[in-house]
Amino acid sequence: MDTLILSRIQFGANISFHILFPTITIALGWVLLFFKLRFQATGDGKWMEAYRFWVKVFALSFAMGVVSGITMSFQFGTNWPGFMEHVGNIAGPLLAYEVMTAFFLEAVFLGIMLFGVSRVPPWLHTLATFLVAFGTTMSAFWILVLNSWMHTPQGYEIRDGVAYATNWLEIIFNPSLPYRFSHTLLASGLTVAFLLAGLSAFRWLRGDRSDGVRAAMRTGVTLGALLIPVQIFVGDMHGLNTLEHQPAKVAAMEGHWDGDKSPVPLVLFALPNAETRENDFEIAIPYLGSLILTHSLDGKIPGLNDFVTEDGEVLHPPVAKVFWSFRVMVATGMAMLVMSWAAMWFMRRGRGIEGLPKPMLYGFVAMGFSGWIATLAGWYTTEIGRQPWLVDGVLRTADAVADVPAGMVLGTLLAYLAVYAALIFCYISVLTYLAAKAAKGEPTRIFDTPRSGEAEVRAITPAE
Amino acid sequence: MGAIFSDPAQWLPLTFAALMGLSILIYVVLDGFDLGVGVLFPFAEDAEKDRMVASIGPFWDANETWLVLAIGILLVAFPAAHGAILTALYLPVAIMLIGLILRGVSFEFRAKAPAAQKRAWNNAFFIGSMMTSLSQGFMLGLYIMGLQWTVWTVGFATLTAVFLTVAYSFIGATWLVLKTEGALQLKAVEWSKGGIWGLVLGLGAVSLASPLVSPRIFDKWFSFPEIVLLAPLPLMFCLLIGLLFVGLKRLPTADDSFAWLPFAATIVLFILAFFGLAYSFYPYVVPEQLTIYEAASAPESLLIILVGTVFVLPAILGYTVLSYVIFRGKARALSYD
Ligand code: HDD
Ligand code: HEM
Ligand code: HEM
Repeated sequence: MDTLILSRIQFGANISFHILFPTITIALGWVLLFFKLRFQATGDGKWMEAYRFWVKVFALSFAMGVVSGITMSFQFGTNWPGFMEHVGNIAGPLLAYEVMTAFFLEAVFLGIMLFGVSRVPPWLHTLATFLVAFGTTMSAFWILVLNSWMHTPQGYEIRDGVAYATNWLEIIFNPSLPYRFSHTLLASGLTVAFLLAGLSAFRWLRGDRSDGVRAAMRTGVTLGALLIPVQIFVGDMHGLNTLEHQPAKVAAMEGHWDGDKSPVPLVLFALPNAETRENDFEIAIPYLGSLILTHSLDGKIPGLNDFVTEDGEVLHPPVAKVFWSFRVMVATGMAMLVMSWAAMWFMRRGRGIEGLPKPMLYGFVAMGFSGWIATLAGWYTTEIGRQPWLVDGVLRTADAVADVPAGMVLGTLLAYLAVYAALIFCYISVLTYLAAKAAKGEPTRIFDTPRSGEAEVRAITPAE
Repeated sequence: MGAIFSDPAQWLPLTFAALMGLSILIYVVLDGFDLGVGVLFPFAEDAEKDRMVASIGPFWDANETWLVLAIGILLVAFPAAHGAILTALYLPVAIMLIGLILRGVSFEFRAKAPAAQKRAWNNAFFIGSMMTSLSQGFMLGLYIMGLQWTVWTVGFATLTAVFLTVAYSFIGATWLVLKTEGALQLKAVEWSKGGIWGLVLGLGAVSLASPLVSPRIFDKWFSFPEIVLLAPLPLMFCLLIGLLFVGLKRLPTADDSFAWLPFAATIVLFILAFFGLAYSFYPYVVPEQLTIYEAASAPESLLIILVGTVFVLPAILGYTVLSYVIFRGKARALSYD
């Protein structure tokens, strides 16, 4: 394996690991703010109980997000120096604004949010919670501006092979940003919704009948049910926008080889074959592809064969990976739709979590991390679908890679992978452990209970 | 002077070099003390470890963000240097990152994992802190040596790795003198007394080595009139070391007065050392290869960042100070309520 492919795997591994945690913290920050405001409005202890449990999940996820994010910020220099040399004039300011307007905000106020309750007035604590949630959302905004610009670049000119900014507003509000930003935020909301529901169902099955669990379960299911239809709608718009700007990607997503074909069917299952440039074992619904993508019964869309040059150079992404990632994402979305709306129906009219049949509870446990699967699948669709370009039409991935020995990349890659595998294992087991511990009945404490001495002893000799 | 400011290609690189220097300096001081606390972990009892972590818990994340800012400025302002430096330092960077990952997650895991695993996470915290400090020291050494990998330079870098780790543990110990009380504070004073020798040795070695490896740096320090103008630097240095020796002998005082002194003096020491280095290397950003003027990116891009910086940096400094004020005083046990 050469440096290029190893660097791609390494970058892919690092960003995939990183995105897992922001996906949780972006929305969980807002959910925590919601819990806190509910508590302040109603005085009902269950909201505080929910806050207390989920703030731990938040703190843990945040730490994972921060450390893996720091890795990301070095990756550009260590593995893709060509990226900064060619488009640094555009990527640089965007990254700088992310650090300045988002990272410091969240990092400083996180300390106050987590440990400041007894040291600052309540309004300042609520403000800190808000600023953390706001900061994570700003992080997502800036990084997605950059990522969207890499997919649909505009507002720049090329001089001597280097991109120079000509219009910052065009760069920031590039055509795919609105869709990518909203779709990613919704993905975060859904990930958290199913995590809330999953861990709450787990606690419930462990015999936890506390009000905090009920509140979290209801929040999770409702959030999921509200967001998933919006997500599907936005996803569809996102796809249409991609069809306009990156037709090769959509052709790969749809497994659509022949651009002259009309009407376009919707391929449900197939094994795209790069050798024969056809689909094997295709199962498709006629007309539906045209209907979804062009909103007419016989509309045509560009096929993969349109992206092969005269002399045989392939300018479209690897088909099977994009095709399958896309299906994994959509299937997960459909499962989310079914689960959350079924649960809404069972929980209707105040029946709450008691109304849920046991298999559904197990179903929610199983889907606790389904948001991760959909999010990763979505990102693989997006990013692999952009290949062979790094910045669409401007810079190829192969032209940005660092000149470091392949062995070094391989060595560090293996080290990262080992650390990541261990950490994901620890992360999931600690979440389960926290949930099981909470289910056994952790003493619930409200903000104003006496604390100092007692809490100190507890912190020094943890329970059990 | 006026000429410099009329040409953005002159003053923008300089401004950004200064900004980058500032964030490296803030990083080395702030993350220096919390990394140092991690390095000191094996010397402490289990209960003391909780207190040590409590003293840095609210800060470490923001402290590390200065590293992200520094690397961000390097990347945005000097893209060519960014690539050259980071690819030359590929391996130590990877080790540092894995170290940062290990210690960063240990903050959370050691408090949340089952009690039986706490020891393992304490170890991970220590190992991560060591990996980070050692690799940063190694990178510093290699940078001083012009980013060349030879037996000599690697040998020197290994030395700086050890010395920077000692320096971090020293500032960490003085931080603990400030933030703790009782038996732990006594211990921290002892740790500081031990560390100060390493600090003197390390600073001495770096100060001797850099002029010796580079005739350019030699000339910058040892020609007339520079040598006279620069004399206050080593003098202040000796003064501060003396102050630290005397201060640490008398600490802790009965009413805990002057507990801040070693930490404050160490910060000044770090600043002096930093200015010494910065002076040696200016105007190079990749030693002997690329100056900040050659490596700078397009003035349009730098300007748009600068505009933001002017507004945002004071705000960042403001709320950073706010958080140190909120968590002032002796470290209490960390809890979410
Ligand atoms: C919980 C997560 C989740 C769920 C349920 C869905 N998606 Fe998604 N999708 C993402 C999470 C995501 C993502 C990770 O956030 C991506 C990657 C990049 C992006 O903008 O969003 C994405 C990308 C992405 C793209 C690629 C856009 C591009 O870069 O060109 C399309 C066309 C869709 N989605 C469409 C859909 C549709 C039609 C869904 C209906 C079920 C759907 N997504 C569900
Ligand atoms: C957060 C979710 C993301 C995921 C899961 C993700 C995943 C991936 C994957 C799997 C690749 C490899 C594609 C291939 O080589 O076939 C890739 C490439 C890349 N992505 Fe992303 N990406 C994400 C976001 C981003 C963002 C926000 C940026 C930039 C700001 C970015 C920049 C890149 C770059 C520079 C590459 C080049 C390496 C390559 O093409 O292999 N990615 N990404
Ligand atoms: C190449 C791409 C990326 C880089 C260089 C990067 C860099 C970073 C860094 C350095 C941090 C730590 C900040 C701190 O010290 O507090 C961080 C955290 C974070 N990143 Fe990324 N990131 C990337 C991709 C993404 C993507 C795709 C998203 C979301 C869509 C994202 C969202 C966040 C959020 C919300 C945080 C806050 C910490 C957390 O919530 O866990 N990042 N990132």
